[in-house]
Amino acid sequence: MSTLAQKKGFGAVLWDYLTTVDHKKIAILYLIAGGFFFLLGGLEAMFIRIQLAVPNNDFVSAGLYNEILTMHGTTMIFLAAMPLIFAFMNAVMPLQIGARDVAFPFLNSLGFWLFFFGGVFLNLSWFLGGAPDAGWTSYASLSLASEGHGIDFYALGLQISGAGTLIGGINFLVTIINMRAPGMTYMRMPMFTWATFVTSALILFAFPALTVGLFLLVFDRMFGSNFFDASMGGNTIIWEHFFWIFGHPEVYILVLPAFGIFSEIFSIFSRKRLFGYSSMVFATVLIGFLGFMVWAHHMFTTGMGPIANAIFAVATMAIAVPTGIKIFNWLFTMWGGSITFTTPMLWAVAFIPSFVAGGVTGVMLASAAQDYQYHDSYFVVAHFHYVIVGGVVFALFAGAHLYWPKMFGTMLNELLGKITFVLFFIGFHLTFFIQHFLGLWGMPRRIFTFLPGQGLETANMVSTVGAFFMAAAVIIMLINIVITSVKNEKVGNDPWGDGRTLEWAIPSPPPFYNFKQLPLVRGLDAYWLEKMEGKKGMSPAEPLGDIHMPNNSFIPFVISFGLFVAAFGAMYRADHSWGIPVLIVGLLITLGSMFIRSVKDDHGFHIHKEDLEDNNDKGVKA
Amino acid sequence: MAAEQKMTYETWPASPEKQTLEAKNKFLGFWFFLGGETVLFASLFATYLALKDKVPNSDMALAKDLFEIPLAFIMTMLLLTSSLTSVYAMYQMKNFNFKKMQLWLGITVLLGLGFLGLEIYEFNHYVHEFHHSFTSSAFGSAFYTLVGFHGAHVAFGLLWITTLMIRNSKRGLSLYNAPKFYVASLYWHFIDVVWVFIFTVVYLMGMVG
Repeated sequence: MSTLAQKKGFGAVLWDYLTTVDHKKIAILYLIAGGFFFLLGGLEAMFIRIQLAVPNNDFVSAGLYNEILTMHGTTMIFLAAMPLIFAFMNAVMPLQIGARDVAFPFLNSLGFWLFFFGGVFLNLSWFLGGAPDAGWTSYASLSLASEGHGIDFYALGLQISGAGTLIGGINFLVTIINMRAPGMTYMRMPMFTWATFVTSALILFAFPALTVGLFLLVFDRMFGSNFFDASMGGNTIIWEHFFWIFGHPEVYILVLPAFGIFSEIFSIFSRKRLFGYSSMVFATVLIGFLGFMVWAHHMFTTGMGPIANAIFAVATMAIAVPTGIKIFNWLFTMWGGSITFTTPMLWAVAFIPSFVAGGVTGVMLASAAQDYQYHDSYFVVAHFHYVIVGGVVFALFAGAHLYWPKMFGTMLNELLGKITFVLFFIGFHLTFFIQHFLGLWGMPRRIFTFLPGQGLETANMVSTVGAFFMAAAVIIMLINIVITSVKNEKVGNDPWGDGRTLEWAIPSPPPFYNFKQLPLVRGLDAYWLEKMEGKKGMSPAEPLGDIHMPNNSFIPFVISFGLFVAAFGAMYRADHSWGIPVLIVGLLITLGSMFIRSVKDDHGFHIHKEDLEDNNDKGVKA
Repeated sequence: MAAEQKMTYETWPASPEKQTLEAKNKFLGFWFFLGGETVLFASLFATYLALKDKVPNSDMALAKDLFEIPLAFIMTMLLLTSSLTSVYAMYQMKNFNFKKMQLWLGITVLLGLGFLGLEIYEFNHYVHEFHHSFTSSAFGSAFYTLVGFHGAHVAFGLLWITTLMIRNSKRGLSLYNAPKFYVASLYWHFIDVVWVFIFTVVYLMGMVG
C-alpha cells in the first residue's frame, strides 16, 4: 500500500481517480469537472451575447434562447462556481489546518460523484428533448407550465448535486472543528479556512430549503400534487420563498470563499500580516449570519407589503457594513507593504473596485422603492455579474494561479497569466458596465431580442464585443495550462517565496499523507513565523509514527450512479411503462451499495514508520 | 485507543461513542446532519401551515373533520416510548451489556413498527373515508408530504437499527461499533422530536380549527 511513486498505465490512473478518497485528488476532480462546466456555461454566455449583438437577430430562436439563458445561469452557479470553490477548499483547507485528510474521506468522494452525476443529468437534457427554460430561479408559475422534460431535468439534477454539496459542507465543518494541528486555535486559522468554515455552515442551513422546494416541484410536475397550483388551493409564492431562502445564502456561499482567497493573496504579496485579522473573522461570521435575513429582497415586487419590504431593505443594507470592513482591511494590508504584482495579486487588486461597484448597485437595489424601477431590467443583470464575476470568478482565476503549484507541482506561466488578466479585466467591464445603462434605458432582462430605433443598438454591440475579450482570455488561460503541463517544471515547497501558511511548508504536490509529523503551530501565519526565525520548516508536534489512512472505494461512484438511474425512472414514469422499474432498480443500486458500505468493515491501513523514514518527502504523483 | 481492540467491562470507557478520532468525527458530523434535517422539516412545517385547509371546493374534508385524538395519541405514545427504550439501550451500551442493549433495541424496533403500521392504517383511512389524498388538494399534498417524510424517516431508522443489530449480533460491542449504535439512537430521538411537533401542529392545532 505504501509504494508511492510507481509508473502507472492510463487504466490504473483512471481507476485510482474513480475510487480515490484523497482530498487532494478529489480537488483535482472538482477542478476538472467544474472547469468543464465553466467552459460550457461560458459557451452559453457567448450564444446569449451573439444573439443580442444586433436588433431582430435570429441566431437562435426564442425558445432555444430561453433554454440557453436558463442553462447559463444554472450551470455557472451550481456546476461551475461551487465545484471550483470546492476544488480549492479540498486542495488547501486540510493543509492549512495541518490535517492529514478531511474528517470523512469516503463522504468527500461521495459528494463529488453526486455533484458530477447531477450535473451530467442536467446537461443530458440538451439531447433528450430540450433543456429547462424557466430561468435559473425556475419560478413555479412558469416552470409548471413548461412543456417537455426540461424542468424535470432541472429539479432532479439539482436535487442530486445539491445532496453532494450538503455532504461536502458537513465534512468541512467537522474537519475544521476536530482535526486542527496542535496549536492551531480558531483565531490562528488562515482566513481561507475561516471562510470555508462559515461557508460550510451556510451550506448546511441553506441547502435543505432548496431540497424541499425541489421536492415540491418534482411532486407537482411528476406525481400530481398541488403545492403551487392555485386552482387546487396551492400557492406559487411558496417556491419563491424556498428558492431565495436557499438562493440568497448561496451568493454568500460563493463569495465568502472568494474573500478568503483574496485575503491570502493580499497578505502573501504585500509581505504583511493581514490587517485587522480578528475584524475580518468577525465580518465573515456576521455576513454569514445576515445572509439568512435578507432573502425577500429578491421579492420586493411580489406584493409582500411595505412593512416586510422595509425590514428586508434595512437588513440588506446592513450587510454593506461588514463587507466595507473587509474592503478597508484589504486596502490597509497593502498599505506600506512590499507589493509584488504577480498574476494572483493583479486579480486581487482589480477585484476591489470591481466588487465595490457591484456592492454599490446592490445597495441601490436594496432600497425597495427604487427596486420597483430596476426590477427585471438589465440593471439587475449588470449588478449580479459585477458581484459574481468581479468577486467570485476573479477569485477563481486568482486562486487557480496561486494554488496551481500546490496542486500540480508546477507554476503557470506568469506572462500568459497577465495577458489573461488584462483581456478578461477589459472584457468584463466592457460587457457589464454598459448593461447598467441598458437597464436604466428600459431594456428588460431575459428577452431574446430587441427592436431597432430604441437606442439600444450601440450599447448591446459594445457588450457583445466585451464578451469576446473574456472568451479570448479564457482560451489563453487554457493554452497556458497546456504549455505548463507539457513543460512540467517541478517547483519546491514555497514557489511564491512568501507563503505564510502551513500548505507552503510541505512539498508541492504534498505526499498523500500530507504531513509526516503533524506541525506545531505557534501563531497566525505559522510558516512565516518559523521562516522569520531562520528555520527551514515547521517544528514537529509529535514523534515519527505509523500513519492511519483510509482505503480507496468505488462505492461512492455506485451510490451516485444509482440515483442518476433512478432520476430517469422518476422522470419517464408517466410516459413509458419502464419508468417505475428503472426507478426501483436505481434506488436498489443506491440503497444496496449503502448497505454494503454499512455492513462491510473498513478499518483502512497504516503507513509504517520505517517506510516514512526511507522516503524523504517525495511528492505523490498527481 | 484502536477501534478494533477487544474490550472488557473493566476496560470499557465512560463515553465509548467518542473514543477514536473517527468516532468523534461521526458524533459531531451527525449532529450537524440533524441541524440540516431541522431546516428540512421546518420548511415542510411552513409549507403545511401555509396550505392547511386550502382545498378547491368547500365540501372537501378539512383538518377538523379528519383528525381524531385517540389514534394520534396512541401513535404518539408508541413513538415516545420507543425513544425511552432507545435510551435504555444506550444505557446498557455504556455498561458494556450487549445482550440487554440488543433487547432494548429490539423493543424500540417493535414499537416503531407499531407506529408505522398505525400510520399506514391512518393514511388509508383518510383516502377511503374522506377522499383526502395526495392529489386531491393542496392541503392533501402538504399533509402527506410532511407526515409522509416523517414516516419515511421512521422506516429508514427501523432498517438502520435492524441492520446494526444483525450485523453485530455475533461479535458484541467494540469502540468501532459503539458510535454506530449511538448515532442511530440520536437519529431515533430526532424523529421522535419531529413527531412531537407534528402531533402539536398538525393534530392538536388541527382539531381546534
